[in-house]
Amino acid sequence: MKILVCVKRVLDPQVKARVKADGSGVDLANAKMTMNPFCENALEEALRLREAGAAEEIIVASVGGGKTEETLRHGLAMGADRAIQVVTEEALEPLAIAKVLKNVAEQEEVGLVLAGKQAIDDDSNQTAQMLSALLGWSQATFCSDIKIEGDKATIIREVDAGLETIEVKMPSVMSADLRLNEPRYVKLPDVMKAKRKPMDKIELGSLGLDTTNRMTTLQVEEPEGRAAGVIVNSVGELVEKLRNEAKVI
Amino acid sequence: MDFSYNSEQQQISDSVEKICAEFDDNYWLEHDRNGEFPFEFHQQIAAGGWLGITLPEAYGGAGLGVTEAAIMMQAVANSAGAMSAASSIHINIFGPHPIVVFGNDEQKQRWLPDLIEGRVRSCFGVTEPDAGLNTTSITTRAQRCDDGYLVHGKKIWTSTAMEADKIMLLTRTSAKSEGKRPTDGMTLFYTDLDRKYCDVRSIPKMGRAAVDSCEVFIDGLPVPESDRIGEEGKGFNYLLHSLNPERILVAVEAIGIGRNALARATQYAKERVVFDRPIGQNQSIQHPLAESWMELEAAWLMAMHASSLYDRGEPCGIQANAAKYLAGEAGFKSCTQAVMTHGGMGYAKEFHVERLLREVMITRLAPVSPQLILCNIAEKALGLPKSY
Repeated sequence: MKILVCVKRVLDPQVKARVKADGSGVDLANAKMTMNPFCENALEEALRLREAGAAEEIIVASVGGGKTEETLRHGLAMGADRAIQVVTEEALEPLAIAKVLKNVAEQEEVGLVLAGKQAIDDDSNQTAQMLSALLGWSQATFCSDIKIEGDKATIIREVDAGLETIEVKMPSVMSADLRLNEPRYVKLPDVMKAKRKPMDKIELGSLGLDTTNRMTTLQVEEPEGRAAGVIVNSVGELVEKLRNEAKVI
Repeated sequence: MDFSYNSEQQQISDSVEKICAEFDDNYWLEHDRNGEFPFEFHQQIAAGGWLGITLPEAYGGAGLGVTEAAIMMQAVANSAGAMSAASSIHINIFGPHPIVVFGNDEQKQRWLPDLIEGRVRSCFGVTEPDAGLNTTSITTRAQRCDDGYLVHGKKIWTSTAMEADKIMLLTRTSAKSEGKRPTDGMTLFYTDLDRKYCDVRSIPKMGRAAVDSCEVFIDGLPVPESDRIGEEGKGFNYLLHSLNPERILVAVEAIGIGRNALARATQYAKERVVFDRPIGQNQSIQHPLAESWMELEAAWLMAMHASSLYDRGEPCGIQANAAKYLAGEAGFKSCTQAVMTHGGMGYAKEFHVERLLREVMITRLAPVSPQLILCNIAEKALGLPKSY
């Protein structure tokens, strides 16, 4: 089985996001970028499936321009066999991304698609679901455990109420939760090997897909700063304020 | 002239940063208290293959340049581990250089894979108490015997000697007065630090408690001829090849520590409210921090300039020296300012900046003093008469 792992390049979660002065978006100039943490979980799971003999080849793919290649190289250094960059300078919406990934999944005849449950920049949490619908495959989202046996997979999902165990048919699109695994550290010899691994670049335009964005961003604002706290003098005063001011008890 | 990271360099920096992030402030504060070597950290770095960054691919290394090593060591020093983290692996990054350049194939095969995989740890026995920076005046001597040499003498400031299995040892095989030049007659060995013949004593010191600095007393250490690097009498020249990389690495380590201290000071200045405003809004607080930022960035550019010259095979002595000087001063100033910015809290161990200040001091002193660098720059860059 071949596994397609979809990854996204995002602002490093350790970095404080700054909104552009004109409010048109987040300022990414010279900002530290990284692979979306949930995508790292997805890739780690693919690597473990391959190590357990459940997969032969892992393809890591991303849609984007500029330095997206850097993020794919990181995927190759973690252990993916080859990479595909669908090149565009435009920031696409989840549906457009799903269309592109459907194309890649079909071209490569993969048996499983793994993705992060959401990207930490726009928190859309849509691409995996849309991709499964477009492919007509089963979907398993927020996975914290994946077991594949023949044409079935048993998944534990992290849901609000706790853990949900489901069974899905293969092929499938699965999205990774943070608790799925702990991604490995990249080793220096693997960084060197990654340089020699194949990286295909496909121009978005050559795929003949309608990837027109349907939304327009009107305004991006920084969240309001947290208001200063109050120091109370006694437990009695605290209880009184919680009851009458905050109205939480 | 572009010193921004390429994709591979960015990956190196990010990957090393991730490993370092696992070892937090408390890990290093604890090691600063108990003086234990950071085995777990060293093991994690070795497991990632990072110890072989500059060593040839044929022996399991990555074959990268001093620039990449500098990027790696900046990331290490710019972590909670500061100089302790850097020093626990530093020797592996530039130390084996004479073996790589002047060792024979048998020696490389015998020594390098063990170093890269972290199975064997080595130390550097060059400095002597009675010679200091006047290295040609060392008195540790290696006498010819039947199947090799017998070494007698003493070394000082040998880092990690308490833990090391091997020592890179600079000796005299003939007296300084006998050679044409003072640098003649010195011979370099890489051999077992056999405790039967070597007494190693740790020196209590100001900072970096987790990584020892030692005196090594050598009394009749037998060294087989097969442990000699290159030809007899030319050891000093072999050693020179690793001096510039060492200076560049110490420079970026100072910069890493300085940046770490600056980040802590900046964060504190943003959060600490006195007289109803964050102290960082006051110019007397923010200007010195801004100065440190500029000085650290400038020192970084000089270090990158030196490393890119080195990696292209061009002379880089004055640039490496200048980088070491600028970085040592900038790192020290940044750490001092970080303590001052924290006010009384800067003196408390739980804020870590006092530890950084103690750790950065060594980058001013070693491996060469700021005064000798000034002498070197005056002579070599400006053409003034030699002063010493």
